Amino acid sequence: MFEVLLIDMGLLGLVAILAVAIVQVRSLLCAVILGGIYSLLMALVWHNMEAVDVAFTEAAVGAGISTVLLLGTLLHVERDTKQEPSIHWPALGVVTLTGAFLIFGTLDMPEFGDPKAPIHTGRVVQNLGQRVGKVDRAGNHLAWEYTSLEEQAAGLPDDAHPWEQYYVDTYGASLTTPDNRGHPVDDFMGHSPNAVTSLLASYRGYDTMYETAVIFTAGITLIILLRRRREDVV
Amino acid sequence: MKDQVVLRVIAKLTVPFMIVLGAYIITHGETGPGGGFQGGVIVAAGFILYGLVYGKAAMHAVLPQRLTDFLAAFGVLLYAGTGVWCMVRGGRFLDYAVLPGPETGAAEALGMTLVEYGVGITVATVMITIYDMISEREDVRA
Repeated sequence: MFEVLLIDMGLLGLVAILAVAIVQVRSLLCAVILGGIYSLLMALVWHNMEAVDVAFTEAAVGAGISTVLLLGTLLHVERDTKQEPSIHWPALGVVTLTGAFLIFGTLDMPEFGDPKAPIHTGRVVQNLGQRVGKVDRAGNHLAWEYTSLEEQAAGLPDDAHPWEQYYVDTYGASLTTPDNRGHPVDDFMGHSPNAVTSLLASYRGYDTMYETAVIFTAGITLIILLRRRREDVV
Repeated sequence: MKDQVVLRVIAKLTVPFMIVLGAYIITHGETGPGGGFQGGVIVAAGFILYGLVYGKAAMHAVLPQRLTDFLAAFGVLLYAGTGVWCMVRGGRFLDYAVLPGPETGAAEALGMTLVEYGVGITVATVMITIYDMISEREDVRA
């Protein structure tokens, strides 16, 4: 644990240095390349936090595509930024104040890894037993009801999957009940081993659909704005 | 960059692997890290590298603009169509549990897989289009 913390602190220190460097450097080309390095370091930080999906996105989008697109933009603008005073006092004041408020806000948060934190004792535990929004094979919508962990353990079928046995061994309870035919009662695990995909594609399917629509709209807008320009020239 | 031998060779070596890796990430999003978005970006990066090194004309020969335009719309349609398919089968919009499959878990996996394919197709083609449009202006000026 301590080693990971040490690596994290080193990485975050480098990230902070890079952030200052990006602001300070006058050459835009340098700034773009430093931005790519920044994204790669952040990908490592995310990975240390075991957020592999975020790390993946950061590396592919932040370090890969955005760098290429920003370099493409550089072809159309000047190479250097305008000379500006190195310290903008009002901006520094606002940033310091905001940072102070954010740090003040974290003082109310539970200790890192505290097992008594609300996330481990409150609604999430309840949600693990919820069946709302689920449909059984007959097409009946399951009612909003909670299954306590003890009830789940009692209802474990004989032919339980190994991972179900793992939950029984680990938590003394199963996440599956026989009456919904192998359909896990929680929203996160079971269908998809990757909880992130399960969340994005199923639990928050509407969100992801409109995100895709936004990306599509961005592409269409670019086509409308820029492809016509070429026809004008020709 | 067409005269750079090193770039040409390295690009030719790496582009197929990038596209295969991207396709792998799109299709295995539910079991491993990544998914439609990340995989789509990596596929797009492969095509963009090809376009950067071999020129826009070569990229358009492989992937015509007409095709990218079509696929960008097709991905969104695949996503929304999966939702409508669930409605046709008697469920709610994007209610994967009613899709065909031996058990509810498999039906949900089918729905999520189709949806991830839709995201991947749209993201990949839109990223290629963005690169295309940004570098296109340079071609006009030259």
